[in-house]
Amino acid sequence: MTTFILRRLVQSVFVMLGVSLVAFMLVHLSGDPIKLMLPFDASPEQISQTRAYWGLDDPLPMQYGRFIARVVRGDLGTSMKHSQPVDKLIGERLRATTELAVLAMLFALAVAIPVGVFSAIRPYSVWDNLATVLALSGRSMPVFWLGLLLILIFAVQLGWVPPSGRGDWRQLALPSVTLGTAAMATLTRLTRSSLLDEMGQDYLRTARAKGLAERVVVYAHGLRNAWIPIITVAGLQFATLLGGALVTESVFAWPGLGLLTVRAIYDRDLPLIQGATLFFATVFVAMNLLVDVLYAFLDPRIRRQ
Amino acid sequence: MVEGTESRPAPFDQGDRRASRVPAAQPSGLDPARPYLVLSPQSSVLRSRAVELLRRNRAAMIGLVVLIVVAAAAAAAPLIAPYGPTLQETGQSLKPGFWAGNERNLLGTDLQGRDILSRLIYGARISVAVGLTAVAISALIGVLAGLVAGFYAGRVGDGIMRVADIQLSFPAILLALALVGILGPSAFNVVLVLGVTGWVVYARVVRGRVLSVKETEFIAAAHAIGARDPRIIFRHVLPNVMTPVIVLATLEVATVIIAEATLSFLGVGIQPPTPTWGGMLADGKLYLRNAWWVSTIPGVTITVVVLSINLLGDWLRDTLDPRFRLAS
Repeated sequence: MTTFILRRLVQSVFVMLGVSLVAFMLVHLSGDPIKLMLPFDASPEQISQTRAYWGLDDPLPMQYGRFIARVVRGDLGTSMKHSQPVDKLIGERLRATTELAVLAMLFALAVAIPVGVFSAIRPYSVWDNLATVLALSGRSMPVFWLGLLLILIFAVQLGWVPPSGRGDWRQLALPSVTLGTAAMATLTRLTRSSLLDEMGQDYLRTARAKGLAERVVVYAHGLRNAWIPIITVAGLQFATLLGGALVTESVFAWPGLGLLTVRAIYDRDLPLIQGATLFFATVFVAMNLLVDVLYAFLDPRIRRQ
Repeated sequence: MVEGTESRPAPFDQGDRRASRVPAAQPSGLDPARPYLVLSPQSSVLRSRAVELLRRNRAAMIGLVVLIVVAAAAAAAPLIAPYGPTLQETGQSLKPGFWAGNERNLLGTDLQGRDILSRLIYGARISVAVGLTAVAISALIGVLAGLVAGFYAGRVGDGIMRVADIQLSFPAILLALALVGILGPSAFNVVLVLGVTGWVVYARVVRGRVLSVKETEFIAAAHAIGARDPRIIFRHVLPNVMTPVIVLATLEVATVIIAEATLSFLGVGIQPPTPTWGGMLADGKLYLRNAWWVSTIPGVTITVVVLSINLLGDWLRDTLDPRFRLAS
């Protein structure tokens, strides 16, 4: 088990190196980043001065080295638009996004697990078909459309909540549901198929033959093993939620990391784009590592590799 | 496999599948015109199975019809759109559609008085074009990468998969957004970015298939008679890995359409005045209260199209189900 963790850790380090390289190169993509940072009418002296200031005259590997050195110390540069350090900006907005992501995940699990279990217990019944339709619609609706639809129904027509912004605890509801629906759809399907597969296994047939009540068979035996892929996928979905937050926060004007990043892309605020991208990717890699370790911990078959 | 479920009809099926089960696949003898072994039933068997499944799966059939209508509308846009998509009539701003008795603009107008129906039809062009092109690019890159990664598993294969992992560490929307934002929003860039960032799924699937096909006897036989690697890869391995790729490509078109709409919605996609479904949604966001149709109609359209693609893709997956393949 320790060797497995160590191996995954080393892999993650390599991936992080690659990620940092991509984040670094992002800024240099459309030619000279200076041209993007300065107004059109900047004089050649201004341009060359700014280049020297930002160290953009040095060879790329050297710039990359400096970039890594700064990042490791936690310095992600300074936002051009906000004139504040990037890590401070990210820190301020982190809480709002985390609230959203956690609630979205809870919503997704709260719906997916009961619906999925019920579908697996009674496959092809009315419930199951309903669940399939639900999952399919969740998968097919663009996130921003779902958000707008919910705003239209609950904020505009019914007036239960204000359409956007963050303040009242009630305003968490719509964005969380919007963000969590895609994950909910995936997890519902997964719960259903995972549990269905388990239910067909021989050891459950034995349990039933022993005379155990059906409920015990399903929950104490079937679900206990079907848990594993569900939990790991849920973990991965959580990381994906961070990406989805970009769109959801834009729709609901939710002052989180996603909105910050989208605005940064509008404003061509390169240091902020770079910092935010790096942050998202780091969280994703960390989450992946955690999920893999958890998976190995839960499923003894993996450990023996 | 779960016992007992194989004989039950899948959801949406209208009948008992077991009653008219397609006969067991015939081994495909070596056809002199195509002297390589393909691990799947003859095309005639496949075709009848496909038709059978389609007839039973009403949902997939509806999906197919919807998609045909959309594709036809996209192709014939200039002929069927009642107005030009960018024709502004400020006197006709924010008018409701046929449900309020409007005969001029069946689906209403937006803030600038542009006809929503026409914009919807022209928007279909964008979605279809971007969807198909981006998927073609992704599939090309991905299948190639997967073939190489699978065939030369080892340093090369691992390297390619490592690149895939790195790319997957970035949330897809973020990557697309950042790239298009930095490169500049234009139709070309959108297609390029969506195409180039979409290769990973294909590569993974193809690599998996290649790894299993590699061990079969006919590949060894091909080696033995002296066929060189590229010939083996393209003549023998490729036809056997294409099946999941086709299913994947179909489903990915839906993903790309949503991605393009998302980019347009956030303002970094294809720029106005070109009408895009996502852009139309964004336009209508500001006056949901007074003119709900401006956002709702494109929103529903996107959902229906994506749903149809998903249904069709699932049907396709069932048709090409590996259970009906020869054991390798």
